Amino acid sequence: MSQDVLIELKGVAKSFRAADGSARSVLEQVDFTLKTGEIVALLGKSGSGKSTLLRIMAGLIPADSGKVGYRDRPIQGPVPGIAMVFQSFALFPWLTVQQNVELGLEAQGVSANEREKRSMAVLELIGLAGFGGALPRELSGGMKQRVGIARALVVNPDILLMDEAFSALDVLTGETLRDDMLELWDGERISTKGMLIVSHNIEEAVMMSDRIIILSSDPGRIRSELKIGLPRPRNVDSPEVRALIDQVYDLMTMRPTHGVVGEAPAIAHLAYRLPDTDVSRIEGVIDLLAQAPFNGRADLPQLAAEAELSDEELFPTYEALALLGLALVAKGDIALTSLGHRYVAADQALKQDIFGQQLLTHVPLTAHIRRSLEQEASGTLAEKRILELLEESLKADEARQVLKVAVEWGRYGGIFEYDFHTGRLELPQTSEE
Amino acid sequence: MLERFNLQKREASLVGKAPNRWDWALLPLVLVILVALAFGAMQMSRPFAVGESLSISLDPAYLPYYLLRTILRMFSALAVSLLFSLVFAAIAAKYRAAEKAMIPLLDILQSVPILGFQAIAIAPFIALFPGNILGVECAAIFAIFTSQAWNMAFSLYQSIRTVPPELNEASRIFRLSGWQRFWRLELPFAIPGLLWNMMMSMSGGWFFLVAAEAISVAGQDIKLPGIGSYIAVAIEAKDGHAIAWAIGAMLAGILLYDQLFFRPLLAWADKFRFEESQGESAQQSWLLNWVRRSRWMHRLTGRFWALMRRALSGFSVNSNGRSMGHRSAASFKAWSRLWDIVLMLATLGAVYRLVVFVHSDVGWGEAGHVVGLGFITLLRVLLLIGLASLVWVPIAVWIGLRPQYSQRVQAVAQFLAAFPVNLMFPLVVFVLVTLQLNPNIWLSPLMVFGTQWYILFNVVAGASAIPHELRLAADNLGLKGWLKWKRVYLPAVFPSYITGAITASGGSWNASIVAEYVTWGKTTLMADGLGSYIKQMTETGDFHRIALGIGVMCVFVMFLNRFFWRKLYLLAENHSR
Repeated sequence: MSQDVLIELKGVAKSFRAADGSARSVLEQVDFTLKTGEIVALLGKSGSGKSTLLRIMAGLIPADSGKVGYRDRPIQGPVPGIAMVFQSFALFPWLTVQQNVELGLEAQGVSANEREKRSMAVLELIGLAGFGGALPRELSGGMKQRVGIARALVVNPDILLMDEAFSALDVLTGETLRDDMLELWDGERISTKGMLIVSHNIEEAVMMSDRIIILSSDPGRIRSELKIGLPRPRNVDSPEVRALIDQVYDLMTMRPTHGVVGEAPAIAHLAYRLPDTDVSRIEGVIDLLAQAPFNGRADLPQLAAEAELSDEELFPTYEALALLGLALVAKGDIALTSLGHRYVAADQALKQDIFGQQLLTHVPLTAHIRRSLEQEASGTLAEKRILELLEESLKADEARQVLKVAVEWGRYGGIFEYDFHTGRLELPQTSEE
Repeated sequence: MLERFNLQKREASLVGKAPNRWDWALLPLVLVILVALAFGAMQMSRPFAVGESLSISLDPAYLPYYLLRTILRMFSALAVSLLFSLVFAAIAAKYRAAEKAMIPLLDILQSVPILGFQAIAIAPFIALFPGNILGVECAAIFAIFTSQAWNMAFSLYQSIRTVPPELNEASRIFRLSGWQRFWRLELPFAIPGLLWNMMMSMSGGWFFLVAAEAISVAGQDIKLPGIGSYIAVAIEAKDGHAIAWAIGAMLAGILLYDQLFFRPLLAWADKFRFEESQGESAQQSWLLNWVRRSRWMHRLTGRFWALMRRALSGFSVNSNGRSMGHRSAASFKAWSRLWDIVLMLATLGAVYRLVVFVHSDVGWGEAGHVVGLGFITLLRVLLLIGLASLVWVPIAVWIGLRPQYSQRVQAVAQFLAAFPVNLMFPLVVFVLVTLQLNPNIWLSPLMVFGTQWYILFNVVAGASAIPHELRLAADNLGLKGWLKWKRVYLPAVFPSYITGAITASGGSWNASIVAEYVTWGKTTLMADGLGSYIKQMTETGDFHRIALGIGVMCVFVMFLNRFFWRKLYLLAENHSR
């Protein structure tokens, strides 16, 4: 292995135990290297195991198989040279800013004077000089994350892992903090040799990284890799950056097996992870898409800007639209299908009818529920039965989430109902009364 | 600028040596407390022979002294409880194998009435310090401890188990040692809940104070100087005035430690609140403000914390993730399987012993009789909790919706929960005897006398937490009368009501020992039930029957909790999400 390889993963796999005891694969056959001087972004939709992968590299969870090495030695627990910044900041609310920053040094047994000197220096570097005595609750989100970053930097880490570090912040604050980080990095004012960013914000990944790795879902595998040769600082509006963003959008929405989403919504086994989006967002996006200036066809980044929603929030909705055959997603664009046009023009009752029809033909889970209900003499079914079915291939909480989505869609489409108190699914009351 | 900064610094260190006015204000207070504690502690260790009688005077002039002794005892017990909780929770939360045995054990201990512990513990404690009163003191402290420790341990354990995962990950990434993690993460996170439970425990301590101080177990009759013994003597002597004085002293005691101990602690612990909700107003304490302004104290506490920090970093381990191997999962599983088998065998062994015990020592007829008594007490508990709920829930909701009253009512309710039921004996005996009432029915209210307040203050808390917008919406929709209660208030307070009712039910079982067997001078009123059975047996010192009674009570309490309250609790939890 050459000197400049920081982290090397070979054939890493990880699975979690589902409720019924069967293993569910989260990561499979992941090969990855992080080299000196590199910022790498890991992209993927939820369920692609990108956070799991990050935690494996951090030594927080062991991999089931494969090799995980840091500077040629296997990682078997948290390692001194690797620090992490958390999405939710993970600051200790009862410690002052300075005590939070000193925590890692304290754990290493660094003397009090030395600790103070180093924490002061880092606080100044990150723009928090004078905030040392404050409690985290006194700070705004952006300031809190600065503390999180300072806490990671003060131990002079070789590698900095950032787990969606900017996604809990508002857009402007996130961008400022991101730019500040890049300035420190490009100015070589921190001793960090490599950075790994987990994100679902495509723009953020393109703006920050030298290399983007895209993970597919269920199980997570490395699907594609994209090198970004542009010098930093980069301009979001420059044609090169825009083209890259489009390219990543395209890579992200591509299906590994079936080509492009929505071409034929033939995907799907029963436990297909239904996109986590609700009916009102589906309606909102399809209306937006149908209106001027898009008139039925939109560039995804532009649509995101218009909707004032993040990619993270929109991707599941795109997927849902494609799944229901209401829109097609291809090459970073989304376009309404003819059914989609009819849907937008329809009145509310017809909309819900179309929705229900599509659920029966294109979504195996909702179709299955409906069929099972029709076969039951009582017309009802305990949700447990469906959950058990789903848990054969999903974790318990994911199964619950998928069922929740299915119930909402099913209710909207009028194909079944659900009683919260009894936990039973039931056929809708016939409306001809 | 730089110059001025330096000047200020020098000035600060110079003045730092001289006391300021807050120091002078604090000094007498600190001295008085120190002297009182030293005096009280000295009195706790004196020559004493079993059989010697300690005279308790009903003269109110002695009350401050008795109060001091009682409070000292209660705080000693609290300190021991705290230590117990720390060790218990740390072990139970760290080791799954230990947890499997410890948590059910705690459940059982929680349902054992204080008299049961006392009956077992008094002899060994006296033997520990022969010829000294310290042994009896220890027995009393132990008895108080058993009425304080369990909920504290449980709360701490719960908190440690629910430490937010991201903080856990952060502490692992920065490689805090187990010791550091406990003091930096787990304990601070648990402190608000722990403090609240300490306050509840103090109330619990008062409630059983008479039993703890006036020891009349197994033929012993020792009355340690204290408020509890004072009440016991007053009851024997039918002295109503003394009872009134005792109530006054108790009130003063509670007020004192509330102001000098719990308020400052609560105000200080405000920073440990994890949720950054702005809704709750921060606790205020004049004493803490004094201490914070006092220079001497400032320097003292500064040095104290620096010392603690040094102790923390001293325990850092420089493990690095590369040398430490993960334990192999397979062997781990085998061990845990083995441990399960050991636990099961131990349980089977215990059941076998129990059957032998009942068969040869007490007889099945007696056991059946005691179970029957258990059902009578069960009926009483459920009926009275029901009645108390009917009365208190509407009142509590009414109060909870008016924030100007709710805080004051909470403080009063906390005091009432501490009120030993023995103080009601004169009134109850007088009423029952003059009106010729049936004790089987009319003694029952005493059982919930001390515990109904848990329902009150939990529901008050629940009602005051109803979102303001929800109430506005209800008004806006024109909801009125019963409909408003049915659709808004009752569902909203249901979870907190259940929490209160669970505590009240547990407490009522324990209280049945005092409430079903009432004495005033020579008059004794008795209701049939498990509580009076245990009380009678402890007075005659029949160990086999005490054990039987307590065992049956444990079983009843645990079954009631498992199959009734727990179900309701889960239901409430599910609905409030």
